[in-house]
Amino acid sequence: MSVAVDAEPALVVNGVNVEIIERGKGRPILFLHPGIGIESDAPVLDHLARAGRLLAPSHPGFGNTPVTRALSTIDDLSYFYLDLIEQLDLRDTLVIGIGLGGWIAAEIAVKDSSRLSQLVMANAVGVKVGDRETRDIVDIWSLSQADFDQLAWADPAKAKRDYAKLPNEISLRAARAREATARLAWSPYMHNPRLRHRLHRIRIPTLFLWGMSDRVLSETYGRGFCAMIPGARFEPLERAGHFPHLEQPEAFAERALAFAADTTKQRT
Amino acid sequence: MRVYYFTEQPYYPAWDKHQGSLRINLPNSVLDPKLAGELFHRYYDEFMLADELGYDVMLNEHHQTATCMSSTVIVGLSVLARQTKKARILVLGYPIGHRPDPLRCAEELATIDVISGGRLDMGFIKGVPYEFPASNQNPVGVMDRFWESHDFIVKAMTHQGEPFNWEGEHFHYRHVNIWPRPVQQPHPPIWSTTGSKSQAKLLGSKGYVMATLGSGYATRPLADAYRDGYHAAFGRSPGADRFGYLGLVATATTEEEARRRGDLIADYLRTSAIVHLPFRNPPGFIAAEDNARMLRGETAPRSFTKDGRPIDMYHCSVQELIDAGILFCGTPDQVYEQIRDFCDYCGGLGNLIMMGHAGYLSHEDTVDNLKLFAAEVMPRLKAYEQPVAEATAAA
Repeated sequence: MSVAVDAEPALVVNGVNVEIIERGKGRPILFLHPGIGIESDAPVLDHLARAGRLLAPSHPGFGNTPVTRALSTIDDLSYFYLDLIEQLDLRDTLVIGIGLGGWIAAEIAVKDSSRLSQLVMANAVGVKVGDRETRDIVDIWSLSQADFDQLAWADPAKAKRDYAKLPNEISLRAARAREATARLAWSPYMHNPRLRHRLHRIRIPTLFLWGMSDRVLSETYGRGFCAMIPGARFEPLERAGHFPHLEQPEAFAERALAFAADTTKQRT
Repeated sequence: MRVYYFTEQPYYPAWDKHQGSLRINLPNSVLDPKLAGELFHRYYDEFMLADELGYDVMLNEHHQTATCMSSTVIVGLSVLARQTKKARILVLGYPIGHRPDPLRCAEELATIDVISGGRLDMGFIKGVPYEFPASNQNPVGVMDRFWESHDFIVKAMTHQGEPFNWEGEHFHYRHVNIWPRPVQQPHPPIWSTTGSKSQAKLLGSKGYVMATLGSGYATRPLADAYRDGYHAAFGRSPGADRFGYLGLVATATTEEEARRRGDLIADYLRTSAIVHLPFRNPPGFIAAEDNARMLRGETAPRSFTKDGRPIDMYHCSVQELIDAGILFCGTPDQVYEQIRDFCDYCGGLGNLIMMGHAGYLSHEDTVDNLKLFAAEVMPRLKAYEQPVAEATAAA
């Protein structure tokens, strides 16, 4: 993996500079990255761009963008993305959110899904499933990187990065992503207690695409979250963990796009 | 020079029972509450002896740790505000960025000032990295919260008349009017700690006392950054009384005995490093640029001897700790010379926070250390005329 940024023309939404990867043509596909950010050479992006106009922004505070005090919660980010969707006049949008990005996607959809057509939630956080003394989501900030990789990846060897041998910008992006994630999700830890009471408002077809080797989040968590959204479907994805878009990029894109195609067909 | 006696009030009987971590996740089943009570009484006795001997005293707090039983420093402050007679009582400090309720902080501190007859020095601190897993306060942006809490506490302590309103980013009150208000006017002296030059400069611009803890020969650049901030705000250089330094101190009549005590005291450093690794660096505690350097494996040593040799304070020898200005250790003559030399290096150091008990040092050794230092070192330090270094960049 190397530096992101396709040198796209600058996008400014509500006074905030947005780093965004844009590829392909057709119906919009809004890709919302997980807490580790997104790099422009991630193969999943090209697989998705074959089926539409892929838009993969870095959430404000991630990538090479500075932190904005006004955007310090997932709620803030959901309004930011509603502004972005309106500004770019996106319609009939397929939204794909992974991990933290899935949480953002759900917060967008409960507020206004008029410009959205389908939602794909991959190994998403955002709700509380168990009781108050059961930690649903592994405390990633009490783990070493190696221990996290063991839990997050089907094949932890794929997670290894020798930052000393990579351009400095890569380590800086990784450090920013860690800090930006904590700003958004430190407490309540990785969820919004209010969200589950709002999920009934999601009335667009929703797929939970779940990397089954994920031990940061359990299958029970994924199925529990899925059950909170009316009509949402759960599909396991094998040989993938917490970051299924990185471990099985082709299968991930195929399954997400097939779901979008199926639900479009049913609608027409 | 003022000398503040300090101990972390450790629960050392658990130190050999850790499984890689003495902080946050060492189960409290290894603590015997009756023994903890006895240790508290021992430490309070030592603080009271320090008061009788002419020291000032300092208290701190840490959470969920065998290295420091004082998890609610208001308790120790309350005991000592009532029991001591002359000592200034420094709390260093209140982790106000972690506290949910700054009104309560203002009330507690004002009450301590009132009961002690105006002897409180109030230190506000960010807290070490391991405090965040315990308080669950977000480490990202904690200093924004810290400064709002600080502004609120100062206003609450100084405001008289109609109750005031506060609707900030982090804290909300509609009728603020603390009872009692503090004795010291306009408010008790404010201290803080830092390891960063930008924060040092900010503290200088406010004229607060800046303390550094075990910073050794990395202290002068911080002090100079403070001087710049102070000079820009007040048009003159700060006096030595604006600076504090925490050093470990082991004094004895013979060098051999002092080194034995120094080695026991150094167990404080050796044990304070025993903590589950991820708790040492919560996200946002240091800047993203510094974290990026760590990811690349570029970590600079933090401690140096006077002649520039890097040392690892957590594992090095007593001699290296002496050479690094972290431990003042020897006969009274030697200890005086070491401290005086360090004050010269700092360009003036008006407050020594003397960690005169730490590690496995026994009560008897602590008492002897305190008495000998009070009799033979403190009078010379009080008589010593501090240098006053001029501010440089701003001058």
